[in-house]
Amino acid sequence: MDIKISALQFTREVKSGNLSAEEFMAKTLEQIQKVEEKLHAFLSLNDNALKQAKEIDKKIKLGQKIGKCFGMPISIKDNICIKDTKTTCASKMLENFVAPYDATVITKLKQQDAIFVGKVNLDEFAMGLTTEFSAYGPSRNPWNTDYVPGGSSGGSAVSVSAFECVASLGSDTGGSVRNPASFCSTVGYKPTYGLISRYGLISYANSIEQIGPLTRTVEDTAFMLNLISGIDSNDDTTVDNHGEDYLKNIDSGIEGKKIGIIKEMIGDGIDPAVLSATKDAISKLEGLGAKCEEMSLDMVKYSVAAYYTITATEAGSNLARYDNLRYGYDFSVEGYEFNSYIEKARKKLGPEVTRRMILGGFVPSAGHAGKYFLKALKVKNKLTRQINDAFKKFDLLIAPTVPILPFKIGEKIDDPVALFLVDINTVTANLTGKPAISIPFAISHGLPIGIQLIANSMDDKLLLQAAHALEKTVKLPEVPI
Amino acid sequence: MTKIGLEIHCQLTKLESKLFCTCKANYREFEPNTNICPICMGLPGSLPRLNQKAVEKATMIAMALNCNTPEKIAFFRKNYFYPDLPKNFQITQLNVYGDTTVGGTGTLMVGEKKIRITRIQLEEDPGRLIYEGSSEKNQITLVDYNRAGTPLVEIVTEPDFENPKEVREFLNILSDLLENLDVSDPSLEGAMRADANVSIEGGNKVEIKNIGSFHDLEKAVHFEITRQQSLHSRDIPIIQETRHWDDKRKITVSSRSKEEDLDYRYFLEGDIPWIKINEETKEKLKTEMPESISSKKQRYITKYNIPTQVAEVLSSDKFYSNLFENAHTKENAKEVANIITTDLMGLVDTREKRADSKLKPSHLKEIADSIQSGKITRNSAKNALYEIVKMGGSLSDIITKLDLGNITTESELSKIIELTISEEPLAVEQAKSNPQTINFLVGKVMQKTKGKADPKLTLDLLKKMI
Repeated sequence: MDIKISALQFTREVKSGNLSAEEFMAKTLEQIQKVEEKLHAFLSLNDNALKQAKEIDKKIKLGQKIGKCFGMPISIKDNICIKDTKTTCASKMLENFVAPYDATVITKLKQQDAIFVGKVNLDEFAMGLTTEFSAYGPSRNPWNTDYVPGGSSGGSAVSVSAFECVASLGSDTGGSVRNPASFCSTVGYKPTYGLISRYGLISYANSIEQIGPLTRTVEDTAFMLNLISGIDSNDDTTVDNHGEDYLKNIDSGIEGKKIGIIKEMIGDGIDPAVLSATKDAISKLEGLGAKCEEMSLDMVKYSVAAYYTITATEAGSNLARYDNLRYGYDFSVEGYEFNSYIEKARKKLGPEVTRRMILGGFVPSAGHAGKYFLKALKVKNKLTRQINDAFKKFDLLIAPTVPILPFKIGEKIDDPVALFLVDINTVTANLTGKPAISIPFAISHGLPIGIQLIANSMDDKLLLQAAHALEKTVKLPEVPI
Repeated sequence: MTKIGLEIHCQLTKLESKLFCTCKANYREFEPNTNICPICMGLPGSLPRLNQKAVEKATMIAMALNCNTPEKIAFFRKNYFYPDLPKNFQITQLNVYGDTTVGGTGTLMVGEKKIRITRIQLEEDPGRLIYEGSSEKNQITLVDYNRAGTPLVEIVTEPDFENPKEVREFLNILSDLLENLDVSDPSLEGAMRADANVSIEGGNKVEIKNIGSFHDLEKAVHFEITRQQSLHSRDIPIIQETRHWDDKRKITVSSRSKEEDLDYRYFLEGDIPWIKINEETKEKLKTEMPESISSKKQRYITKYNIPTQVAEVLSSDKFYSNLFENAHTKENAKEVANIITTDLMGLVDTREKRADSKLKPSHLKEIADSIQSGKITRNSAKNALYEIVKMGGSLSDIITKLDLGNITTESELSKIIELTISEEPLAVEQAKSNPQTINFLVGKVMQKTKGKADPKLTLDLLKKMI
């Protein structure tokens, strides 16, 4: 039996009786046992996974009604709440936090008989792009375990790439799904802002982040999106997609589509291998009948600065609740005054979170907001206007997901500014609320390269169709794990 | 010149649920920390779900206070650390980036004086802190989050008050208005709170916080004016600061906290999209809005010929005006108004007494009708009312039980009058020459009949028989 199959293959096989959900789960758990020591994708495992898979088989045998996931093993980034399950955000601050409720995406997947095989690693509170800032140790890239898997949804990408699950849910604030997808050679997708409910996703920068799937194929992403998208009364920012079926007509192709090549995302500092992969992707798209043309979004050069200013501001507010009074870790309040207690309690937060909290206290403060936070909002607005204008001319935009190749663990962790520049190609979609997807496109010196497509708001279906068309032109080697 | 401005916080106690979740807005009946959920506790991953009804009620208040109401409103985060604040930020409103609060500039008349309203904003109430322990050293602070997330409307005025009396009058009018709008029950403990800003002679502004009741607010403002005047007369500068009202010592004390220096880092609450309040909604709210106190008062005066004083009392109190509206007919309106303002008010003068009262509008109607038809006297009516408020029951049963029925036959009354005349020869003599004394005799008859005799008939008969 092969565990290296896509979500659609899995559901087809189990549905037809050719594959037992229990057997597949057993194999998956075996794989986890085998590779986890090297990769460290998981923070916790679901002890009942096998039992739950057995139930699915029983239901199938008895001809009972069954959800569309048929007991598919899915991993969940540990900043998404599953009821009665530890949700740590890879932070010591929440090491004992057991969520008393399900995130909306979890409720929806449970209804479809998905099985959550475990919670996966991330940079603490999703702040980072290498998973090195996890308080529980870094995850490693399955393509080369000396290398970072990207982040912050590193655990999600690693678990999908290394066959420790069939699909995963991550969250994308500035590229946190697409970046590790690119580094680990999986599909990673951030939907239009509001397409997937954030209820139960622990906020980092709530005005720009979205939950997004990481899968083996674009079709699998469309399949997942069908299950988890749509308006949610628990999240006032969700938008109505009228029950769109993203799998239907996914192979419509891209003939006649106009695609803009974002000049600012293939400029200074780009790795030659990444540039050549991007050119290859462009010619393949043209071969499929698309018209590609270079274009400019000149606000992109300020986008990373704006991104860090806005996310720090929101993080400073969103993470303020972690004062350890209502939940958290074991630390008695005895003998402390309120302010000195929380000051001490918050020392549990790791270096990157602390850095951004300090920044978040400064950039929106009276006297500095005009120079930083309000200016960042201006960049965000201007960038949004620019990209909206671009979509009057283009159907899609293209750029490499990350301008550089994956790098070694420890190589850039002490250079926050160098790390920040890794974000340059991904933050635009978040700041403007647009959908974007990274698909595996090439391997250079054994390290994956992803290509990113961006579409206009609510053009998620078109985006997936284009990504699917491009994906079909690619044949990549198997991950050497 | 003295300038006083107010910041009034009013809970929308008439709403079913909190501002961002489905927990009860009326938190008062719960054991501590049982009226809570992941949203109002700010648990990781929870998101606010805006209660649209709260937006409507707050808009209604803004309209009643003649405020501008913008087409779109927005919420902001006010960031500060406090143990009663589960998220360590409060979701509130702000007008810094355009007019985005539920209400902009408005006015409220206090007699002939116009008080300008700066703005009205909708926000969440924090939890409640309860301090225990004998001294400051071993004091512990308990937090009850039942209140956290209760819808709160903040009404900010311009510094248009010149003395504590105006403040007091304004608060009375405002509290009646809010009660009449059916958005809040201001008599509930903590439902209405106010802070005041005080400055004299164009000097620095001092903010007074922590004032428990409107009664104390008047005192606090009075104290603060006196304090500032005393400093001013001795050429001691008045410092711009926040002072707390010390309830025990009845003085304001410098809070010496860094509260003034707090930087709230306001920014837009991304979890709540901008809310459109279109003309259609505003029109709908207008039609749903209860008749205003002043319009009610005018109607009582012109339609029923009720005296201004009585109409004013009746219209400004929701409890009384509701009773009146449901009890009166065209014929008995004046009588019903009289019963309420002269007899009932003393019987139901507290919140508890009102809640316990068994009186129904139908009772009032029956009593008024019975007075008008001469079935009972006003005096008996008063006794019956007392009984009904206490025990309920039907008026006819009470008339029988307490023997309140009028002595209507002349012969019966004549006998009693004869008896009185024989008992009071001196008064009778005087009455012949001094008509005033005859009232004394009427009183005697009333005593004997326990108030059941018709005073007019008694007088007529007395005049004849003397």
